[in-house]
Amino acid sequence: MSELLVQDKTIVVPGEELAAGIDYLPAVGTYRDKDKIIASRLGLLAVEGRALKVIPLTGRYMPKKGDTIIGRVIDVAFSGWRIDTNSAYPAMLSLKDATSEYIQRGADLTRYYDIGDYTVSIIVNVTSQKLIDVSMKGQGLRKLVGGRIIKVNPHKVPRIIGKQGSMVSMIKQYTDCRVVVGQNGVVWIQGTPEKELLAVNTIRKIETESHVPGLTERIKEYLEASGARPSAPQQDSQ
Amino acid sequence: MQGHLRRSRIANNKVNDMSYTKRFDGRKFDETRKMEAKAGVISRADGSAYFKIGDTVAYATVYGPRDLYPRFMQNPEKGILRVNYNMMPFSGSGERVRPGGNRRSRELSMVIEKALLPVVELEEFPNSVIDIFIDLPETDAGTRCAGICAASIALADAGITMKDMVAAVSVGRVDDKIVVDLNYDEEAYEDGPVADVPVAMMPRTEQITLLQMDGEITKEELMQGIQYAKKVCKDINAVQRQALKEKYQNGGSDE
Repeated sequence: MSELLVQDKTIVVPGEELAAGIDYLPAVGTYRDKDKIIASRLGLLAVEGRALKVIPLTGRYMPKKGDTIIGRVIDVAFSGWRIDTNSAYPAMLSLKDATSEYIQRGADLTRYYDIGDYTVSIIVNVTSQKLIDVSMKGQGLRKLVGGRIIKVNPHKVPRIIGKQGSMVSMIKQYTDCRVVVGQNGVVWIQGTPEKELLAVNTIRKIETESHVPGLTERIKEYLEASGARPSAPQQDSQ
Repeated sequence: MQGHLRRSRIANNKVNDMSYTKRFDGRKFDETRKMEAKAGVISRADGSAYFKIGDTVAYATVYGPRDLYPRFMQNPEKGILRVNYNMMPFSGSGERVRPGGNRRSRELSMVIEKALLPVVELEEFPNSVIDIFIDLPETDAGTRCAGICAASIALADAGITMKDMVAAVSVGRVDDKIVVDLNYDEEAYEDGPVADVPVAMMPRTEQITLLQMDGEITKEELMQGIQYAKKVCKDINAVQRQALKEKYQNGGSDE
């Protein structure tokens, strides 16, 4: 006798009753109140078997283990660097996770990363108190030199990357830019100024139109209408 | 504050009988003023909303969860909520309101914070802060209620986890009538006793998160007023939900 009160894939708001009856289970973004399942945040309802969850559409980035992020160095300490993650909490990059190079004790750490530098790093640990450890050992994890940084809605990042990176590699091909998309909603773009601008506009377009079907096709048309022609696929990280 | 102009208007409306038979703006006694709501009106904020009820207009902006300084204010168990209520200098219908905070705005910031606190799940954001700024460019009584309604939409727009939204309305008594959503003329009614009771609640469970009272009212009248508030808060919540759904059905971009 359990029944769904809202259709799958509709937008729900906090306090909205999603289902009645005890056969449904509350997952992320929902909670149970007696025999009802209630949404606890704004988003898209996803019914996965018996579990009901809300896929967030908005909000700040929440650090998660395993995410590749682009962060800005905000402080240099004795034992490492503090990195702004575009969330409420800064991350710590310790000496041993920073480079594969040997760093002598007492060395001037600003030689490696200085305040204001942008880095690509991966979150290795997040504690309950939201202390974040990041590492820069791994493929594609590096300091970003030149180019420009833009911030996007972190919940739209999967759309910007596309299936198996299809969207971002299309942007790369058409604009000849190097692009790195951080899971935290920070995007780095490097190329010629005009092409960089085109890449920025394309990403903004993806952001605003991500809910309309046929996105890939439209973005391709947009790029071609802007006079961009695809170059040979480049081998870049991400 | 608004002075003699108002008073003469009220005097003209009265025809010497001792009861409030018809509302100044012709509404039914349990009817609110016209409402309008919009989500995502300020693009640089994490969440924002506009809420208008009659001639009272509230803008709410939400920033955060973000890093909290000064450090001693941080709470390692849960995040904190900070509300700033601000009546703009030109907002009243009378004299200019002195800009910046005053005793009244500090108290209202505090009561609005307390009204929203029960729904916001701050345990997810230790050591951080969620800032809410409520600005009122136009006021005609009921500002704290309009502020709460706007703030609640803005919080949802900012993607913050919350048990329910909060809807608020003022009920009260003007002379011998129980009324909903008093405007300034009614608050300033002079030919009989007036009571102004702002109520905020979670519309789904009808749990009250704010209840204040100014004036004279009997227990029975108060209970009657709260019954009205329960019904009206559900209508307000429908307006709030509609505002959010409209924004996100169109992709969720700010204006």
